[in-house]
Amino acid sequence: MVRMRDVTLAFGEHVVLNGLDLDVAAGEKVVIIGPSGSGKTTILRTIMTLNRPQSGTIEIDGRQLYHEEKGDDLVPASEKHIRSVRSDISMVFQHFNLFPHKTALENVTLAPVKVLGRSKAEAEEEGMRLLTEVGLADKAGARPIQLSGGQKQRVAIARSLAMHPKVMLFDEVTSALDPELVGDVLNVLRKLAERGDMTMMLVTHEMGFASEMADRVVMFDQGRILEEGPPSQIFKQPREERTQRFLRAVLSH
Amino acid sequence: MTWDWEFAIERFPDIAKGMLVTIQATLMGMALALVVGLILALGRRAPQKWIAWPFRAVIEFIRSTPLLIQLFFLYYALPEVGVVLDPMPALVFGLGLHYGTYCSEAYRAGIDDVARGQWEASTALNLGTVTTWASVILPQAIPTSIPALGNYFVAMFKDAPLGSTISVAGVLFMARSIGSSTFRYLETLTMAGFLFLLVSIPAALLVRRLEGRYGYAK
Amino acid sequence: MLENFILSPQAYTRLWEGTQVTVLVFVFSTALGTALSLFFGVARLAPQRWVRTLASVYVEFARGVSAIILLFWMFFALPPLLGISLTPMVAGVLALGINMGAYGAEVVRGGIQAVPEGQTEATIALNMTDRQRLAHVVLPQAIPVILPPFGNLMIEILKGTALVSLITLSDLAFEVQKLRVNRVVIADSATTPMLYINALIFYCILAQTVTAVFGYFERRTVRSFGGAR
Repeated sequence: MVRMRDVTLAFGEHVVLNGLDLDVAAGEKVVIIGPSGSGKTTILRTIMTLNRPQSGTIEIDGRQLYHEEKGDDLVPASEKHIRSVRSDISMVFQHFNLFPHKTALENVTLAPVKVLGRSKAEAEEEGMRLLTEVGLADKAGARPIQLSGGQKQRVAIARSLAMHPKVMLFDEVTSALDPELVGDVLNVLRKLAERGDMTMMLVTHEMGFASEMADRVVMFDQGRILEEGPPSQIFKQPREERTQRFLRAVLSH
Repeated sequence: MTWDWEFAIERFPDIAKGMLVTIQATLMGMALALVVGLILALGRRAPQKWIAWPFRAVIEFIRSTPLLIQLFFLYYALPEVGVVLDPMPALVFGLGLHYGTYCSEAYRAGIDDVARGQWEASTALNLGTVTTWASVILPQAIPTSIPALGNYFVAMFKDAPLGSTISVAGVLFMARSIGSSTFRYLETLTMAGFLFLLVSIPAALLVRRLEGRYGYAK
Repeated sequence: MLENFILSPQAYTRLWEGTQVTVLVFVFSTALGTALSLFFGVARLAPQRWVRTLASVYVEFARGVSAIILLFWMFFALPPLLGISLTPMVAGVLALGINMGAYGAEVVRGGIQAVPEGQTEATIALNMTDRQRLAHVVLPQAIPVILPPFGNLMIEILKGTALVSLITLSDLAFEVQKLRVNRVVIADSATTPMLYINALIFYCILAQTVTAVFGYFERRTVRSFGGAR
């Protein structure tokens, strides 16, 4: 579903992604771990087109994201093409980024109406269904300022789901939450993980959660994949020294 | 009508001379405004309500009404009560008073920005009102106000041509009088505008640089 | 003493007529100015460099040139240049509107830049177009930041309308000048200084009205965010 080939991204002198190769199969749940500043978030951001890589290609469901095929060559894609491929991707942010001037339901229905062309009634019906699924049906008319962090994040998840993406990216979605609110969000993520049609990529520090729901864990450091494998292997028997050091530091909390 | 270069070049010296007068008026007006502004700011902050309120009313009244009318008042109306002002003094006084109210707001913001602890330290050291203001508060408040004051300086420059309506021989007056006697306004007004841009754009850039230096972004 | 301050009914009628013209000029100029502010404010942040440059040129020029010089240029210099004729009203509205647009564009730009980057990123994650992003997410959040300085700007325009009296438009300022000259005919007991003070009070009332209207809108936008921001 997601195929990254030789992706390189540097901010000035600082190389964040260094010739990255990464494959994610359809329906796979991949968790990316690694030290702060290692560039894990940037991986998600390049897929979401928030940061453009200087070189390399990214394929989503068989289609090039940043390039178009012209005969045998790959040329830089037009805005229209990028939007078309991007419609299969969505992202949930660490700081929620809900629209403060809209209610929870309006947050969820805005994009389906404007981008997918749904009617207001359709969008609201689905929006209510999604809000119910994340346990916030009673907060449909509330504004973000009236919601707790955990509630805001769940609305954000519903908002992304309303766009029916094939790939969902989760960027440290519990890192900004008070500890007692983290559980509610993780429950929603667990439910999502049960869906076979949803490809998920998560950057997270919640190792316990990762070990139970991930199909594969990727250890990322200094712009490259250090090692990857099923959670049982990575968490119990990491091969690389740096992985071991990282896990020791993180899990000893 | 098309542009007549000969005419333009012939009249340029007069326009430029007018510009010098306009700049002169602005400099004098600003000097007055800086002083008036400080007095108004201090008066507005007086702890006694019966002093502060009139200051506030006067500041609001002058600030929210047209400079043009105020100039007319100074030049056409005052003679009736025995105060006769020549065009340039009337313009300088009008600019100084009108922009004095703006400057008072800039000073006020600068004063408000001075940390509360400074006031408390002055009280603890028993410094007395005058010393507190002169040695502690104002030396900190005024640098903060400089970018805003700089902006008002540039703004005043753009209002100075209003002097042409009370016979001050500034750049606009020259452009208009040449225009009315030759029926050609195009070259004179365009040159006047061009000279204006030549002065005001660099001045504005300089003020922006000041904003960076004094870290004042409002 | 009071009879020195109060003008005759005829005088007040004239002033009222002038006020109506002033309000008309104000409304048209601010309408044009607001449209230009939005357009060029957004253009200043456009992805294409040439658009940004063009917008910057407009802002620098229309701000740098004095409003009164622009006004005279519009009325006396532009028509012969283009071979058209402009009424004082059109020239006045154009000059004031163009001048306001430059200042307003900077306010709009500042407001847009004040909207957190995360909001833009959320709209990208939801695959919205630039236009949708601007209209539904960015501008609505920029407005509370834009309103207070915009209100101040409109007071400046209100004061600027007095300039149209110089190109023979019969606004409040022009009526005052006429009254001063024609006082012999109207036979007021009021002194000339008081005539001008009356006019200033008229302007002051107009300014307070504009401020009050803006205050109302500022409070309303705070509410649409669900309370204190």
